[in-house]
Amino acid sequence: MIKIDLHKTLKSSNSTFELDVKMSVNKGDFIAIYGESGAGKTTILRLIAGLDKCDSGNITIHDSVWYDSKINLKPQQRKVGMVFQDYALFPNMTVKENLEYALAKGDSTKIIDELIKIIELEELKDRKPYELSGGQKQRVSLARALVQRPDVLLLDEPLSALDDDMRFKLQDYILTVHKKYNLTTFIVTHDLAEVFKMTNYVYKLKIGKIVEEGTPESVFLKSNISGKYKTIGRILKIQKADIVNIVSVISGQNVIKVIATDLELKHLSIGEKVVIVSKAFNPILIKI
Amino acid sequence: MLDWSPIILTLKLALLTTFILLIISIPLAFWLAHSQSKLKSVVEAIVSLPLVLPPTVLGFYLLIAFSPSSGFGSFLHHTLGLKLAFSFTGIVIGSVIYSLPFMVQPIQSGFKSLPPSLLEASYILGKSKFETVFKVMLPNIKNAILTGIVLAFAHTVGEFGVVLMIGGRIPNQTKVISIAIYDEVEKLNYGNADVYSGILLGITFLILLVVYFKKNNTFTLFK
Repeated sequence: MIKIDLHKTLKSSNSTFELDVKMSVNKGDFIAIYGESGAGKTTILRLIAGLDKCDSGNITIHDSVWYDSKINLKPQQRKVGMVFQDYALFPNMTVKENLEYALAKGDSTKIIDELIKIIELEELKDRKPYELSGGQKQRVSLARALVQRPDVLLLDEPLSALDDDMRFKLQDYILTVHKKYNLTTFIVTHDLAEVFKMTNYVYKLKIGKIVEEGTPESVFLKSNISGKYKTIGRILKIQKADIVNIVSVISGQNVIKVIATDLELKHLSIGEKVVIVSKAFNPILIKI
Repeated sequence: MLDWSPIILTLKLALLTTFILLIISIPLAFWLAHSQSKLKSVVEAIVSLPLVLPPTVLGFYLLIAFSPSSGFGSFLHHTLGLKLAFSFTGIVIGSVIYSLPFMVQPIQSGFKSLPPSLLEASYILGKSKFETVFKVMLPNIKNAILTGIVLAFAHTVGEFGVVLMIGGRIPNQTKVISIAIYDEVEKLNYGNADVYSGILLGITFLILLVVYFKKNNTFTLFK
């Protein structure tokens, strides 16, 4: 059982707000901390790791107190692993040396061979960090965080810089080690697909406060789901074709063509922002 | 016949000074790079003083401090048995203070150039500050350390004012090459002054050449 109760005044260049967070987590849970940037998500991880200090609160991990009014364990004393957003690999060491550095004195190197195998680092183990791609660095960073067999694994938006294929693969690695090493994992993310695929409980954070919590389904599906699909775009072109008009709308990187009647176009012109709505019974799903 | 002792003395002084500076500057630069203490600005200003202060000012105060008639000097002299004014030990201390910014500043900006997450990652992996500095930080700022070493060495080789003020010109004790040049000129021995000057010019140019060669070639070493 993990109990976390954090209070801290956060100051950024243009605002000051209170971080006020209470979490109660079971061993083996995979927790998402979800919210906009600047909500204090990363700070929560840093407080759990001991990199920043709370103003007051309590962190108790499986019966051992990491922080309260009297105790404040150093990061070195906390059984925690962390994957940083910028990977934080040591540039002077090879992949294998990065992992070996993490070993405590007198620990067997067996865990390193095991992690290299699970996270498939065999081919990379003699390379220096600058010879690795973003996804590869992230895998090394994940493996390194696990060498000390932490109780708690903290992931700070580990996948945000990766393309989709790489992200899916890394999600699988993370899930594998989460189960294998019986970890309690916290992931900071603002990717809904990630929340649903990986986690079993979500804390939704807004300006330092938890506004909603629960399973991903209970937090996200009840409010967002409806019979309609909506996307916002801008009108690029209006073309007359017989009795209707073909309107080209750009939404993100996609250009969508929509049929509209003269009446519908009465209030629309090129360059205007529009919402494209599609009812539940007409969209079709095509496998990419 | 040219007296080689000022040259040897200068090299001895510069090597010793550089070595002492390296030991002092690593912890000092680490503290300056990471501390949020209010004292930091004060310490930074003190470290940088020799950059702007005439060497004679520093030499004058050190001379007063070392003099057995001052409180500090008499403590050194009577309690510790140290006579620092007009001695080799005295000019080593003076040189260490005088060249401090040349060692501290490059190492400090080297530490600052590393992302803080490296330090934090190492702490989370259970490593002490000491181990982190020696195994993670220092190996990644080799160029900055080399720059510090070379600048401090070259600056000590070229110093004149501080040594003259606190050391005088005692052969084999405090008569370094820059002072020997001054002496020879006063005695109108332009030939010797020329040789000494040429040697000093050669040494310092070579040192700087090595630094810039190294600097321009090793940029690709760490990315």
